[in-house]
Amino acid sequence: MNVPDDLKYTKSHEWVRTEGDTATIGITDHAQDELGDIVFVELPEEGATFDAGESFGSVESVKAVSDLYTPLGGEVVEVNSALEDAPEKINEDPYGEGWIVKLRTSEEAELLSPEEYEKVVEEES
Amino acid sequence: MPFNLIRDKGREGRRGYTLPKPDVEMKELESILPKASLREEKPRLAEVDEPTVVRHYTNLSRENEGIDTTFYPLGSCTMKHNPRANEAAAVVPGFAGLHPLQPEAQVQGALRIMHELQGFLSEVSGLPHVSLQPLAGAQGELTSILMVKEFFEDAGDEGRTTVLVPSTAHGTNPATASMAGFKSKEIGLDQHGCVDVDELREMVDETTAALMITNPNTCGVYERNIAEIAEVLHEAGAFLYMDGANMNANMGRMRPAEANVDIMHFNLHKTFSTPHGGGGPGCGAIACSEDLAPFLPDPAVQKEGDEYSFVRPEKSIGRVATFHGNFGQMLRAWNYIRMHGPDLKDVTDMAVLNANYVRAQLGGTYRIPYDELCKHEVVVQPPQGKKALDIAKGLIDYGYHPPTIYFPLVVKEAMLIEPTETESKETLDDFIGTMLELAETSEEDLEEAPTHAPTRRLDETRAARQLKARW
Repeated sequence: MNVPDDLKYTKSHEWVRTEGDTATIGITDHAQDELGDIVFVELPEEGATFDAGESFGSVESVKAVSDLYTPLGGEVVEVNSALEDAPEKINEDPYGEGWIVKLRTSEEAELLSPEEYEKVVEEES
Repeated sequence: MPFNLIRDKGREGRRGYTLPKPDVEMKELESILPKASLREEKPRLAEVDEPTVVRHYTNLSRENEGIDTTFYPLGSCTMKHNPRANEAAAVVPGFAGLHPLQPEAQVQGALRIMHELQGFLSEVSGLPHVSLQPLAGAQGELTSILMVKEFFEDAGDEGRTTVLVPSTAHGTNPATASMAGFKSKEIGLDQHGCVDVDELREMVDETTAALMITNPNTCGVYERNIAEIAEVLHEAGAFLYMDGANMNANMGRMRPAEANVDIMHFNLHKTFSTPHGGGGPGCGAIACSEDLAPFLPDPAVQKEGDEYSFVRPEKSIGRVATFHGNFGQMLRAWNYIRMHGPDLKDVTDMAVLNANYVRAQLGGTYRIPYDELCKHEVVVQPPQGKKALDIAKGLIDYGYHPPTIYFPLVVKEAMLIEPTETESKETLDDFIGTMLELAETSEEDLEEAPTHAPTRRLDETRAARQLKARW
């Protein structure tokens, strides 16, 4: 299981990369592995705003549809529209080309460290 | 696999019938119909002889798996045997030949069946009013939630914007809430896999319109706190809706009204043994309390003296089906209930016993996430390292229709097994034996399955990513 050191995580298996006031969000390697082949990603509109804990979209795999939750409130400044035609990027490169949205946020959330996230995954299995 | 189409098996001009010579003057179509109404090309109909038709459809049917060919333990779908006595009732010419536009006076027998069935469902649920109109479970849900919406609009209460849904819910529940214009919010579970009542207390407020609960839930576990859940909702002025997909675990043992449920749907095509599969036709009849009754779909059937007639509920949300719903299914369900009478509770008891037998026999090899007495269905997980999908595909090679997999979503690698009451111990033992054997089969061999089905493993990913729908 790949859990990069330079990212923060949520219990609902999203990863967050914060750069200045921009937070990039995707789903973890573990999440894509559990979901299996992803066939559709429902992305939010650019400019939409979300509160922390709200669902901003969903990913659909051959097994299930899963909501995506943002741990931070903010405005969507960019979505990875390449996923509309190539949702498999999330399976192939969840921390790179498989990123999902970028939010402009002024919030600080309590996120999990890589070690804490690994523990969450262990407890679940 | 190439499409196996009947029209590819014909020859131009071939017919399976001959008609007698006409005894009236023949006219060209062009002389009767305006040009705009005429096709420019001939329709591409199959031009085949009768044996070809019979063989084509018989062979197709032999590639299908169904309750009439195999054990079909599809969780949450109650694929029980469809008693042939129901079919005998459905083909009685006086019923089979009815037209939905016939006047009430000519269809008193059919109206009596509908009126009595309304009464039977009322007795099973304990709820006083029933509509038979919805054509499927999901439509029964939508009808119910639209009635709840209409109730609040009628009362001038505009702040009811939210419908609560447990994380074990059928996917149709949140879909129903949003189709009806509500926002759906998810509630978590306690350690038994039941609705977390503490979380519910925090979530319920003056914006809550209803909670949609399935009982027993989709883990096959009875929601033991249902009366308390109803109380929390009622204190906030909200309704408790019950998804009745799992009524096969309740008949004669638990009446939803006694747990203070306000409104619910039945699936006559599950609980009351009418045929289903392939999407219908179904009947998602609903039952409700006095408070919600004025909003029921139009029309309902009433009895005055010895006469039956249609009646529009006072503040009806209107029609939800053309004509009167799937009458053939109502007739079969009426027949089923009449055949059992008060012994319907034995159906429930046997369904619960069978599910617990499967649970006890598979436990130890398969993992049981909520390992306590279950109701009419049981969730199991394959042994560590094995996938539900592979076990399911393996079952196909042994001639079984696989159970529901990857649902409920709260259980990883879930296999939801619902044996139903109509299966013998021998059938269950054979199935259990196969499940245990598959648990021992190597992952490499399982990944090859199915090898004996008309098609091998389908590329579900590609089918979903490159969807080509046509009709």
